Amino acid sequence: MTTPTRGRGARVGRAVRLALATVLAAVQLFPLLWMLSGAFKDAAEIRGAALIPANLTLDNIAEVFTRIPYARFLLNSLLTSVVVTALLVFLGSMAAYALARLRFRGRGALFGVIFATLMVAMPVILVPLFMVVARLGLVNSYAGLILPVSFTAFPIFLMRQFYLQFPRDLEEAADLDGCGYLRRFVRVVLPLSRSMLAALAVTTFLSTWNSFLWPLTVAREAELWVVQVGMSQFQTQYGGDWNLVMAASLVAAVPTLALFLLLQRQIVESVKASGLKG
Amino acid sequence: MVDVHPRPAAGRPTAAPGGPRGRRHAGRREREHREEVAGLLFVTPATLGIAVFVLLPMVLALLLGFTDADGFGNVRFTGAENYRRLLTDPLFWSSMRTTALYVVVFVPGVYVVALTMALLVNGALPARAFFRTAFFAPYAVSLVVVGLVWRYMLADSTGVVAQALRGLGVDDPPSFLGDPGWALWCVALISIWFFVGFYMIILLGGLQEIPTETLEAARLDGAGPWQTLWSVVLPMLRPTTFFVLVLTSIAGLAGLQAFDLIFVMTQGGPANSTSMGVFYIYQQAFKFNNVGYASAMATVYALALLALTAIAFRITRGGRFDHAD
Repeated sequence: MTTPTRGRGARVGRAVRLALATVLAAVQLFPLLWMLSGAFKDAAEIRGAALIPANLTLDNIAEVFTRIPYARFLLNSLLTSVVVTALLVFLGSMAAYALARLRFRGRGALFGVIFATLMVAMPVILVPLFMVVARLGLVNSYAGLILPVSFTAFPIFLMRQFYLQFPRDLEEAADLDGCGYLRRFVRVVLPLSRSMLAALAVTTFLSTWNSFLWPLTVAREAELWVVQVGMSQFQTQYGGDWNLVMAASLVAAVPTLALFLLLQRQIVESVKASGLKG
Repeated sequence: MVDVHPRPAAGRPTAAPGGPRGRRHAGRREREHREEVAGLLFVTPATLGIAVFVLLPMVLALLLGFTDADGFGNVRFTGAENYRRLLTDPLFWSSMRTTALYVVVFVPGVYVVALTMALLVNGALPARAFFRTAFFAPYAVSLVVVGLVWRYMLADSTGVVAQALRGLGVDDPPSFLGDPGWALWCVALISIWFFVGFYMIILLGGLQEIPTETLEAARLDGAGPWQTLWSVVLPMLRPTTFFVLVLTSIAGLAGLQAFDLIFVMTQGGPANSTSMGVFYIYQQAFKFNNVGYASAMATVYALALLALTAIAFRITRGGRFDHAD
């Protein structure tokens, strides 16, 4: 008696779940599709309601690159993101390894201080950070774009959790060979933490590429603008030309969207790690 | 602060190479010394960086709050003047209220939607991988792009949202970003839209930790899906839930994502209705050059964040969310 009703209930439940998931997916994806569509519409059609442009045009994207030095902005973003990622991942994991595995005086206290800075948010320290960077003479320089955001507690925190669970015998095999600590770290520990480092690197690259507040504050000259800053300035100049603004947005979004689609597994892994082992 | 090294230092020397007893002892002491030096060298670069670019600004913010620094090198000690001014600055109070309103919408909004998504993706659902990707996708785009795309979509009368509403019979769609009654809602909802994918993944991780036998046992006991959710899944998900709530509260209060959106979409307007704390601080510092005053405000926010973090730290006994209850 109960089996058929239950079967039907499960079927209805499945349909409801599928419907809900479809609605949520549509809400999440529509703005991105709308950006894609707007980037290829001409000025006459940009305020229309059609998702597929009637006159597909590549002119907007070409316009963006000729009206402003967009290629330069992209290059600045790439350089900044790559260097920040390399510094954060390498120096962060090195410190994390020491905090998890090497015994030295003051280790506990040091980790406490680093942990305390975990929640310090950029907006809160923005003003004095700018003053420090100005005093160091780094305003309007690549070093100013890169260094102040290359030292944060998060990678240290995340990698320390990882190294606490790292199998000890693997390092000790290296110890017997008489490797120095740095060599052991570079030759044995780093390769063995490859997947975790890759996950951390992908998310660091994404968040650096997408960051806005610090580059906006530190780079006053257009030659040093990253793509996010360039785009926001572009928008104040050509605010009404939504087809151009959407084309600029699309160009800025494509690298990170592509990276996300290609490396989804690593990204998901790193997000999970930050949550579970937090 | 509780040190949480899983393995005590004992037991390590067993792996030391064999040899005469005396040599082994001397070797151990020397090795301990080398380990100490290596440890210090390993932490130095990151620690120096954090000291200069995080700790020093924190201390400076505290000090500058008691001065009338203007960002051009003029600094005079003014005591508690900035803090007195805060108390009577209506824009400061309205920025606090805006921030609080934002947090109150953002935190539960993200949790409810992200949990719904995580439950959907975790259960029997066709094309699960596609849905997971779709839910997460906005997070892969920058907030500047997000702000611009939504501005395009929410544009008065010509935006696609206004057009859709007219199609549904709403004759006079509101000016979403031009009406003080709407703008903050839009910023909060767009923030939710942007962040749910990220927190869905975290919650999914928590859901996958729940043993299938437990769920199976609940089902055999005759519990329906809702009952299982309320009396099995949610209680077992509590540590993850707590983690998500703490993280979103901090992100909301610090205005991490809100700043970019506000900068691109509303510039704090209309009528200061979206001027959250971080944006007002930014304006005071970089537009009006009131660095001292901005620092005082930043200090107030930093203290609020610190209190929140300390509470979370206490409850979780040193950041171990997985053992919190």
